Amino acid sequence: MNGYVGTPTSRVDGRAKVTGAAKYAGEFTADRLVHGFVVEATIPRGRIAQLDTSEALKVAGVLDVLTHANRPSLADKDDAWKDEVAPEGSPFRPLYDDTIKFNGQPIALVVAEEWATAKFAATLVRIDYEQAEFATDLEAERGGASEMDKPHKPRGDAAGALAAAALRHEADYLIPTEHHNPMELYATTTVWEGDGKLTVYDKTQGVQNVQKFLCGVFDKKPEDIRVLSPYVGGAFGSGLRPQYQVVLATLAALALKRSVRVVLTRQQMYGLGYRPMTIERVALGAKSDGTLDAVTHEAIAVTSRYEDFARNDTGWAEQLYSSPNSSFSHKLVHLDVSTPSDMRAPGAASGVCALECAMDELAVALNLDPIELRLKCYSDRDQSENLPYTSKQLRQCYARGAEAFGWGRRDPAPRSMRDGKELVGWGMATGVWEALQMPVAVRIVLTSNGHAEVSCAASDIGTGTYTIVAQVAADALGLPIENISVRLADSTLPQAPVEGGSWMAASSAHAVLGAAEDIRQELARHAQAMPSSPLAGVDAQDIILAEGTIAKAGERGRAISIADAMRYGKLERIEKQKLNEFPEDKSHARNTHSAVFAEVKVDEELGVIRVTRVVSAVAAGRILNTKTGRSQIMGGVVWGIGMALHEETVMDHRFGRIMNANIAEYHIPVNADVHDIDVIFVDEPDTHINKLGVKGLGEIGIVGVPAAIANAVYHATGKRIRRFPITLDKLLG
Amino acid sequence: MNNFRYSRASDIADAIRLLAPDPGAKLIAGGTNLIDLMKENVERPSRLIDISRLPLREIVETPDGGLRIGALVPNSDLAYHPLIEQRYPLLASAILAGASAQLRNMASVGGNLMQRTRCPYFYDTATPCNKRSLGSGCSAIDGLNRNHAILGTSNSCIATNPSDMSVALAALGALVHIAGPNGERTIALTDFHRLPDDKPHLDTNLGSGEIIIAVELPPHSFARNYSYLKIRDRMSYAFALVSVAAALELEGNAISGARVALGGVAHKPWRSLEAEAALRGQAATPDHFGHAADLLLQGASARSHNGFKIELARRAVVRTLMQATNATPQSQAHKKIA
Repeated sequence: MNGYVGTPTSRVDGRAKVTGAAKYAGEFTADRLVHGFVVEATIPRGRIAQLDTSEALKVAGVLDVLTHANRPSLADKDDAWKDEVAPEGSPFRPLYDDTIKFNGQPIALVVAEEWATAKFAATLVRIDYEQAEFATDLEAERGGASEMDKPHKPRGDAAGALAAAALRHEADYLIPTEHHNPMELYATTTVWEGDGKLTVYDKTQGVQNVQKFLCGVFDKKPEDIRVLSPYVGGAFGSGLRPQYQVVLATLAALALKRSVRVVLTRQQMYGLGYRPMTIERVALGAKSDGTLDAVTHEAIAVTSRYEDFARNDTGWAEQLYSSPNSSFSHKLVHLDVSTPSDMRAPGAASGVCALECAMDELAVALNLDPIELRLKCYSDRDQSENLPYTSKQLRQCYARGAEAFGWGRRDPAPRSMRDGKELVGWGMATGVWEALQMPVAVRIVLTSNGHAEVSCAASDIGTGTYTIVAQVAADALGLPIENISVRLADSTLPQAPVEGGSWMAASSAHAVLGAAEDIRQELARHAQAMPSSPLAGVDAQDIILAEGTIAKAGERGRAISIADAMRYGKLERIEKQKLNEFPEDKSHARNTHSAVFAEVKVDEELGVIRVTRVVSAVAAGRILNTKTGRSQIMGGVVWGIGMALHEETVMDHRFGRIMNANIAEYHIPVNADVHDIDVIFVDEPDTHINKLGVKGLGEIGIVGVPAAIANAVYHATGKRIRRFPITLDKLLG
Repeated sequence: MNNFRYSRASDIADAIRLLAPDPGAKLIAGGTNLIDLMKENVERPSRLIDISRLPLREIVETPDGGLRIGALVPNSDLAYHPLIEQRYPLLASAILAGASAQLRNMASVGGNLMQRTRCPYFYDTATPCNKRSLGSGCSAIDGLNRNHAILGTSNSCIATNPSDMSVALAALGALVHIAGPNGERTIALTDFHRLPDDKPHLDTNLGSGEIIIAVELPPHSFARNYSYLKIRDRMSYAFALVSVAAALELEGNAISGARVALGGVAHKPWRSLEAEAALRGQAATPDHFGHAADLLLQGASARSHNGFKIELARRAVVRTLMQATNATPQSQAHKKIA
């Protein structure tokens, strides 16, 4: 099977997206559609003492103002509110009662014939609060952190080994709160189909997750609610859990028995999830020969008071660096904020940033080249479970990345390289992520005209799922890609989990393979049954689908067209649905890896930092599509530049309010901040992980980038900045 | 956003007639700032008077050799106008350092002069702000003030003016032509914006019922030795931490005339005649520029998070004056500080 897989196939949905034909959740319409506008709380904790909607209701065109006091029924058990990726705790319930749990919490929905009317009337809703004592400052509340379950078992005696280490490095690294800011605003259009039935167009990474959630929250039967999300304009983890606008739009549709659209404003999206601010404390103890004797990593992260959101920040050293002694801990500080959420490479983006800065500091202390230190400590096994990897070409990432970057020409002394008024710094870091696989089912309908429709409930959040599904199907069915149509993100389609964790490429591809194999077998059967079939007597396993025919492998002359075989079998269509199958196998660790090299130029007097070059060498098994794959990694690198230099959600803890809740003041890199980015995919054949050897690329692109840049800034300036982002004021003076 | 009346002014007199009796009325041209503020309920005008169709889009030469720029000339048209590019490149450069191409296409010259501070508390109606609600207090003074003013502040406001264009206009000695119920008047750009004092709700000295009709550039254009340098948290599309408009007249290496204005540091573009006078007759050297920067920054004071701006401003002034001296002005298109 080859043809499209592994090639730079252009996105099959590209034309629809650039011409505007692709419709997003807030663009669907319906008869008598009305619009909801959210009123948010302006205090972080307390209760609503009084909520006066009378002035808002007087506005012509306003149909209703929904609040906790007048809303239709909502589920009263936490279980109903728990979606498939909910953390431990009691999920937030919009408009449930008079309790205020965070600033920006929705407390009313104004519904009007026109959006502008709803927005205006929202300003007339009067709220009196009883404000309670609150806390939003992680650093101030650090002492109140509570320990979560240990993410990894301790090995040996890390504390003792640290105390006895020939050389020790220990420091706190601070990752600020960051928001996803996908380009598409959060939106839901809930279409009232009559008789209590609803079609919900929602911005989400998982339509079936939302569908089950809505059925629970509104006590509906599965057949009453259908959720679709055919296109998603970026989500990056923020759409894994159902967001509150889908509850509000659906609540209003049920209350008014009309179709309702709710689109959040950019500012309101800062009331959704975020990458939690985290203090990452890393301690490394080394022997004088530069091998590690102890690693400890403690993360102290923000969560809400009502849910324990925690990800694997610590423990990545278990995968990367050999050390006989290690311990890890993850602590949470419960504050009066909304619950954090997954954001590209959750845990790893922050935790590996700290680990890789710490490794750089250790290399400096040991007077070792940073790559040499990493090679001395290289671990061929995942130490936490003492397992080998299905594949791990990280050494090749170091080698190929270093060569492409020109690392050998680096003068290790800080402030030793310059270009005019700018100090030049070269830094590197390692990246690591998991290669996960989830149950996904795919249905393929092959019609006798040689066209196949492939369908699955999985979302394409902009990552290219439509395209890779089409590629794999085209190859497996031996058809041109133009003959494949792909339907995704409809809750009535075969099952899929949320699209996240970098698992969808491998998971959906293997579901396609499974369904295509069933089709191959059926076609082979019909083809062999035909009178004087050229395939008579051929072992079924030697029959392949290629170029629109059913053929003997290696002997393409012995072939029957798919159309003929189906005609013979009196088949208009063959429909096969298959759940992917991955062997239950705990014998190996499954990970992707990268080596990231960054060049920065820092204006010596003014502190202005530019990331002038990045080389990211990635080992992630087989790359299904080198074009969309490269885009994935480039996007991760650009985000990593932002994480290193720009991104920070700033809160005034006197008010418990985010003060830069807009994309003018919340900085991400713009074109002027992005220079050369070179993506290298290192060959990593992996016959163990799955049939295609696919690992997934969604997260690995960002991991390691912030640390490589921070390490380059140190190399340029001699200044070690451990509070991200590295803004120019931190380099002045 | 509130409900408002909308009127389209048929001429300048009509605009003034509509504006003067209604203290809640606002003029609207490009709307790039006003509409944002209305969406946030910071501005709640009772009436919008649309002046965008008034005949104020011309750039004409004045008898004394300067230029008169209509108040409705879009920022982009101004920056790319041949007379501006050739004779007042400092102004072109400053405009191109600001906002984005799309915003510059919409924004007018008069609107740019009227744009309001980006202080986050001003934008957030849930927090106290004297500029938005006089007497409610200043949240920035003891709050998040990393990008707030270091010069000319008061105990009631430490906001900055966000305009880049105004900084160049201040350096060039521009004049603002105003029409109002009592006829026309002209004031210096440097007198157009105010310091906050105890009236931070007032950004400018524009009287009630008055409207900007033109900006005039004097003949002296500093077309050879100039630079506009904007230091910010990313390389484009961010407000200045510090910006410097510098213009020199050189005879050999000796300075015969100097203009330096700072942006991002005060409630108005910041100039010091004393600092400029100190440069006259001196050699164009970093030391002399540093001395001038010290004079320009005299009286600067920091709050909890913006102390770095004083040293940054000093260094940026020296750099910009060196760029001007060498006739190597900062490019607004390169991804690099020269």
